[in-house]
Amino acid sequence: MEYEEAKEKLVAALQKKQKTKSKFYFNDLAKILEAKPRDAKKVINRMVQEQVLEYWSSGSTSLYGLHGTGKQAAAEHED
Amino acid sequence: MAKHPTPMLDQLESGPWPSFVSDLKQLAEARAQNKEGVEFQIPADVAEDLLGILELSYKHGRTHWKHGGIVGVFGYGGGVIGRYCDQPEEFSGVAHFHTMRINQPGGKFYTSEYLRNLCDLWDFRGSGITNMHGSTGDIIFLGTTTPQLEEIFFELTHKYNQDLGGSGSNLRTPSDCIGQARCEYACYDTQAMCYDLTQEYQDELHRPAFPYKFKFKFDGCPNCCVASIARADFSFIGTWRDNIKIDQKAVQAYIGGEIPPNAGAHSGRDWGKFDIQAEVIDLCPTECMAMDGKTLKINDKECNRCMHCINVMPRALRIGDDRGVSVLAGAKAPILDGAQMGTLIVPFISAEPPYTEIKETVIEPIWDWWMEEGKNRERLGELMKRQGLQKLLEVTGLNPDPRMVQEPRSNPYIFWNEDEVEGGWERDINEFRKDHRR
Repeated sequence: MEYEEAKEKLVAALQKKQKTKSKFYFNDLAKILEAKPRDAKKVINRMVQEQVLEYWSSGSTSLYGLHGTGKQAAAEHED
Repeated sequence: MAKHPTPMLDQLESGPWPSFVSDLKQLAEARAQNKEGVEFQIPADVAEDLLGILELSYKHGRTHWKHGGIVGVFGYGGGVIGRYCDQPEEFSGVAHFHTMRINQPGGKFYTSEYLRNLCDLWDFRGSGITNMHGSTGDIIFLGTTTPQLEEIFFELTHKYNQDLGGSGSNLRTPSDCIGQARCEYACYDTQAMCYDLTQEYQDELHRPAFPYKFKFKFDGCPNCCVASIARADFSFIGTWRDNIKIDQKAVQAYIGGEIPPNAGAHSGRDWGKFDIQAEVIDLCPTECMAMDGKTLKINDKECNRCMHCINVMPRALRIGDDRGVSVLAGAKAPILDGAQMGTLIVPFISAEPPYTEIKETVIEPIWDWWMEEGKNRERLGELMKRQGLQKLLEVTGLNPDPRMVQEPRSNPYIFWNEDEVEGGWERDINEFRKDHRR
């Protein structure tokens, strides 16, 4: 899958879930992309660089979300 | 007078131990006086507010820290842990109180100049509160605000040639013992290997794509000063394949009392004359040692590298010359599924740069398996338990070895496929389920 196509697919899937969920495990994203983790990582890293996605970390676990979405973004005054 | 009354914290200071409360009060006073004229970039009263919110947490019996955050430095998914308090009006100094993890130098060797630079930077742009070192080994900077993160990262990387460490679902900052720099027991250069793997796996260290945390730890010998066997998903423990080298003259010198046992470590009290039989030979877990007249004999085939004899008589007994590492996998602390010690997966492998065999035959195949099969927040050790050692051997192509099991029939996580057992087996699952419910 080309990068732009993968990006579109991921953004659409995450936007669809926005009402109930704003943060996702890496594996959830890889499943949406239907890609092996190493291939999914290349797409996801690029999307983070482009600020389409952003990291969320508890310190022990990392999650991903669409940039500026979710309660946390509002609470951190970064949306 | 203190900004917030802290009667419960004050009580902690009355114990006989060094107190973090006293340290924080000392810091609060130093920041209030600011004798060095530091232009603090975060509130000067951060330490007082930290004490205040901790007192409030004690009073309420609940934490006042929120859980995690989205903050970080650009391009990195680890190294910064967002911390916010839920009482920002009352404790404005700790409204943002982010943690930064700094990748510690190999073996935790650093110059006083390096430490001074880090501390000056942290006094200027952070709270001044550090943790030397966190349990993963990093230098921990505790408490700064969001605008300072990129500034600190820039100065660390551009001025001090210093990177952040790992946090979250990343490869965590690899950690090693002092190794051959100071220790005669070190069977390989722990610092070289730790540094090489840290550089090789930068992407894994900074961009989270694992199901959960993953730790590399490097111990130069089985004394395991870094406790890799109990904590690391991959623990690299130095070992040797040939025989323990024995200096029989020195053995006699220990027996005769000319050399103190344990390098004099227990000489603060009179334990009586050194008794090699009681203190060394009888304590050998595999009973592979004996005195033959005045000669100490070791049946090296039985030695399981407990290190006791070498620790007691370091001038008489030395590690062998054919050295490398044993690789163990799957150790973890008790978060989800109870504590687990590492399982030996490679009894001996060369530890010479560029470590290609270790990377290509051990680390990367196991990562690929864990990344594909691991559940969210499942450590490697838990996956090994769930899918079995057999599966790990399958993905790595490693040959089964008796040393991988503690003793026959004691490892219940080894499963056999029908085609691997002579004659196979057949069963009716419905019949089986009548007596064995899911």
